[in-house]
Amino acid sequence: MRISVVFAASGLIATPAMANDMVVNLEIPRQNVAEYHKPYVAMWIEDSSGKTVANLDVWYDGDMRKDEGKKWLPDLRTWWRRSGRSLKMPVSGVTGPTQGPGKYDLKFAEGSRPLGKLPTGSYKLQVEAAREVGGRELVSVPFQWPPKGTKVASASGSKELGTVRLTTKP
Amino acid sequence: MFAKPKLLAIGAVLGLAGLMPSQAQAHRAWMLPSMTVLAGDSETVSVDAAISNELFVFEHHAMGLDHLAITGPDGEPVAPSIIGTGKYRSVFDVPLTKQGTYRIASANSGMMGFYELNGERKRWRGSADQVSQIPKGAQNLKLTRSNSRTETFVTLGAPNDTALAPTGEGLEMVPVTHPNDLVATEPAQMRFMLNGKPAADLKIEFVEGGTRYRNEAGVQNLTTDKDGLVTLEAPEAGMYFLEASARGEGAGASEPGWRASYSAVLEFLPL
Repeated sequence: MRISVVFAASGLIATPAMANDMVVNLEIPRQNVAEYHKPYVAMWIEDSSGKTVANLDVWYDGDMRKDEGKKWLPDLRTWWRRSGRSLKMPVSGVTGPTQGPGKYDLKFAEGSRPLGKLPTGSYKLQVEAAREVGGRELVSVPFQWPPKGTKVASASGSKELGTVRLTTKP
Repeated sequence: MFAKPKLLAIGAVLGLAGLMPSQAQAHRAWMLPSMTVLAGDSETVSVDAAISNELFVFEHHAMGLDHLAITGPDGEPVAPSIIGTGKYRSVFDVPLTKQGTYRIASANSGMMGFYELNGERKRWRGSADQVSQIPKGAQNLKLTRSNSRTETFVTLGAPNDTALAPTGEGLEMVPVTHPNDLVATEPAQMRFMLNGKPAADLKIEFVEGGTRYRNEAGVQNLTTDKDGLVTLEAPEAGMYFLEASARGEGAGASEPGWRASYSAVLEFLPL
């Protein structure tokens, strides 16, 4: 996994405390396989002790008959262990349908669900993907909160996830 | 290895089985669940039960299902759906309708004994209440109390501990690390109890499945500490088998000897 941190224009002007937000650019790669299923994806934030402080997004098949799509949620192994198994699915404002190959831009604002308020500290954005009859991968992007100026950090998966880029800005 | 069942059979005929209980451990009794970590409002786990040498290959005997005891997340018994018993394995389904951890156990206890009657050596088997069935004129009576337990664990949703409470009888494993929260390379701690008390200096064999596809037996020989605690470390993800046994000598008819055995199948998931 490759991690790079880019320091972009530092905030020179004092900004209101509630204006911090984050943008996640996520790539679901195209797979050259005979049987393709869109991956389940979980995106969450862990604090420095590894505790989940916010579940940002969970893509799973919520439309299946008798809710059978829930059956495969434990394939998102790390997410399931850290918080998924204790959640009642679906979670309003967090869960959504699976997505096919492509690039996705997700924006989260401080103080609003699902990000909420984060105390000052070191965090990790965790993105995990698991594909039926496919593989599973976890990509981590460390960051500091609140951001002092606009910061961009990214990490790449090798198979199930492309580049995950996190932009935090005041 | 293949001669052992035969040796055991001869041992039993000669009345030696009571003297060589370790031979009875030569085969591994196990119950292998289809999955251990499950999600949804309800689910079903299918379990293979067998007694074998290879892990987890059914190649010796099916396990009897007469002593199944399944405990649900609320501590209440759960009725399995028995599919059947073939030559090499038994199969049953466990319906999971409540969120939490299920203990799937096969636990058996009984008495066995040897005695002489009119110069003939006799073998006897029964429950502790049936000892009075042994004829009055029996001489050189030697009794052994036996207790065996085979387990595995599955969890629907978030794990809980209710079903993990020990019964206080025989050899038992009381998980310190939850048995459905096991991850390869992360140490997991288990406590062993004998009749409800910590089983110190107990020898534990811990071995990964897939024995057929490697040359090494791959058995980790572990020993519990003074508090009955042992740390399991799975080098790689997979289904693991664990077993232990303990025994004590008796003193004549008034004080039976005893032996207790425990085995479990535990799944370690990849980090």
